[in-house]
Amino acid sequence: MYRYDPYDQQIVDERVAQFRDQTRRYLAGELTDDEFRPLRLQNGLYVQRHAPMLRVAVPYGLMSSTQARTLAALARKYDKGYVHVSTRQNIQYNWPAIKDVPEMLAELAQVEMHAIQTSGACIRSITSDPFAGVIADEVIDPRPWTEILRQWSTLHPEFAFLPRKFKFAVNGAQNDRAVIQCHDIGLDLRRNAAGEIGFRVLVGGGLGRTPIIGEEISAFVPWQHILTYCEAILRVYNLHGRRDNLYKARIKILVKALGIEEFRRQVEEEWAHSKDGPRTLTEAEVARVSAYFTSPAYAELPATDAGLEAQRAANPAFNAWMKRNVLAHKVPGYAIVIVSLKNPSVAPGDITSDQFDLVADLADRYSFGELRTTHEQNMVLADVRQSDLFALWEVLRANGLATPTFGLLTDIISCPGGDFCALANAKSIPIALAIQARFDDLDYLHDLGDLELNISGCMNSCGHHHVGHIGILGVDKNGEEWYQVSLGGSQGNQTSLGKVIGRSFAAADVPDVISKIVDVFVAQRTAGERFIETVRRIGLDPFKLGVYGAAAPERK
Amino acid sequence: MPKIIKNGCVIDDAAQILVLDEGQAPEALNLPEGPVFIPLAVWQAHKNTLAGRAGLGVWLDSHESVEDLAEDLDSIGAVALNFPKFTDGRAYSGAALLRTRYGFKGEIRAIGDVMRDQFFFMQRCGFDVLQPKAGKYTDTQLEAALASFKDFSSPYQAAVDEASPLFRRAQRAA
Repeated sequence: MYRYDPYDQQIVDERVAQFRDQTRRYLAGELTDDEFRPLRLQNGLYVQRHAPMLRVAVPYGLMSSTQARTLAALARKYDKGYVHVSTRQNIQYNWPAIKDVPEMLAELAQVEMHAIQTSGACIRSITSDPFAGVIADEVIDPRPWTEILRQWSTLHPEFAFLPRKFKFAVNGAQNDRAVIQCHDIGLDLRRNAAGEIGFRVLVGGGLGRTPIIGEEISAFVPWQHILTYCEAILRVYNLHGRRDNLYKARIKILVKALGIEEFRRQVEEEWAHSKDGPRTLTEAEVARVSAYFTSPAYAELPATDAGLEAQRAANPAFNAWMKRNVLAHKVPGYAIVIVSLKNPSVAPGDITSDQFDLVADLADRYSFGELRTTHEQNMVLADVRQSDLFALWEVLRANGLATPTFGLLTDIISCPGGDFCALANAKSIPIALAIQARFDDLDYLHDLGDLELNISGCMNSCGHHHVGHIGILGVDKNGEEWYQVSLGGSQGNQTSLGKVIGRSFAAADVPDVISKIVDVFVAQRTAGERFIETVRRIGLDPFKLGVYGAAAPERK
Repeated sequence: MPKIIKNGCVIDDAAQILVLDEGQAPEALNLPEGPVFIPLAVWQAHKNTLAGRAGLGVWLDSHESVEDLAEDLDSIGAVALNFPKFTDGRAYSGAALLRTRYGFKGEIRAIGDVMRDQFFFMQRCGFDVLQPKAGKYTDTQLEAALASFKDFSSPYQAAVDEASPLFRRAQRAA
């Protein structure tokens, strides 16, 4: 993985010093709340319902075991002994004290980590495929490119105060796992007919209050030009994005208002000035960064481990985990392991410091000392020998990290919701836990197959409910928490936005509603059909009938 | 007298920033004596008589485009770009365009909600005079604020102050 050179380290150290002074001036009354807010947000520090929340960047979800141990130790020292994996692959602390944050950042800097641009109206920490470098359908490893973009976007002087937040995601595989169609800029690495690397560029996608699927602004930007091209997009947005209305300030609104043709024309006009100039990316820089992402020293192993089949046959629980939480690796004899953070008694995405240390140890023992976070709020050990899977599973299981539900109904994506977040209209975590409690029969879950359920506690859609096969959105009705259910959303190559099925529900009714939806699916599915395929085939009406009965009332 | 930061030093500055009252037409105007920044609308109404006047600058609000001044830059000594709120970042692009696209060599001044926490970015985007809002900083605080110009030693990106990105200006060994 990428390691800091003295330049990277100096930038992060200087950011710590800068933020330490900003915090000092705030606590001394030299900065008002309104002045400090954007400054602290640009360094990942929110002030939440109960306490500040610090979001630490995990660029493209990749970290070393040393970094993991530091994150775990910080949670013990400054927080309540656990952290939360966010839907942007970052790590969140829910209870730090503002005065401690500069020190936390200083400790993070010692292991090449930071909280730069994990919030605020700037270019955010960039996400990518959690299986980068190890999955068979990969065309081009996105990690070097994402790292190059990380450096370009870090403290960019022109784009620190954009109209609104700005999110990039990068995909390099045949199957998009980075939700690139729902980002302000989605980058799709590809080769042209001549075999040269470049990017298909999508712009103006996003979830939130106004979910929109990104449009293609360029079918192929050669790699040398990706930074100047993105800079042109950002400049047009910085100058012309709306600043009069927070809800209309994202780039997607500008792209819609201008139309993609006119937006493209403005970007190309801007780009003509910088294209081929000194900001053009060099082969040497790509080679330098790529050198950090070479394959680890894989052993030569048989494609299938001889003992594995016997272990699976002898142990149904192990077999269930193998079926769901272990994915094929591109290298023979290895496997990709999902470390589940969806233990049904714990908030989705939460991990204790002890568990985090354990995963770090397991990464050292079984996976070349690296681990990853996913936007679905799990972790990944990406390079495990098949012959180690059983031993690994036993340890994970004993520590509540082997819930065998990856991609199933109870592998719920959930924002922290009203229990923590000051923006939320409603709680998310208790809804997730109630659904997990309702669907506690593993055989049934496995029989239902792939089914993604995403929960957001408000319109901001941190829980990605728009792209859940089943989406749940917390809404406020006269001061009470209600939940709106949508169906038919999906991520990936066939990204689609879910449609609301009708009037919303009280919290207590949500598990019943999900049961009714699942019942319709079970009754209607054809052999081998996945939930999302059934929804696409039969439409929403049968589900509405199943949930609301014959007289389906209008949405209120 | 207002304080400005120029060439890394805090100095007194006599330039007035002329603001039209609500309803005041740009055509009817008496310019004060001495250095002054006039609004874009006033410049556009009077540029035939004002061009080349000593001590004259034009200020643009954040929604106004530097492109509207592009053809006049030879007859203007200074341009001020207003930050109505420090979170309104349009003027960073505006300053960069003035320097790189339109080749403006005169003074580019940041006015309005100017805080030390922006100094580094402003300097990088081509501002060479920064004028914090009156009363924002004590003299001591303003002197201390000069440190913010040095917040970062070797930033990653190219900008107005440094035409090459880090990957071109430094030998970075893998």
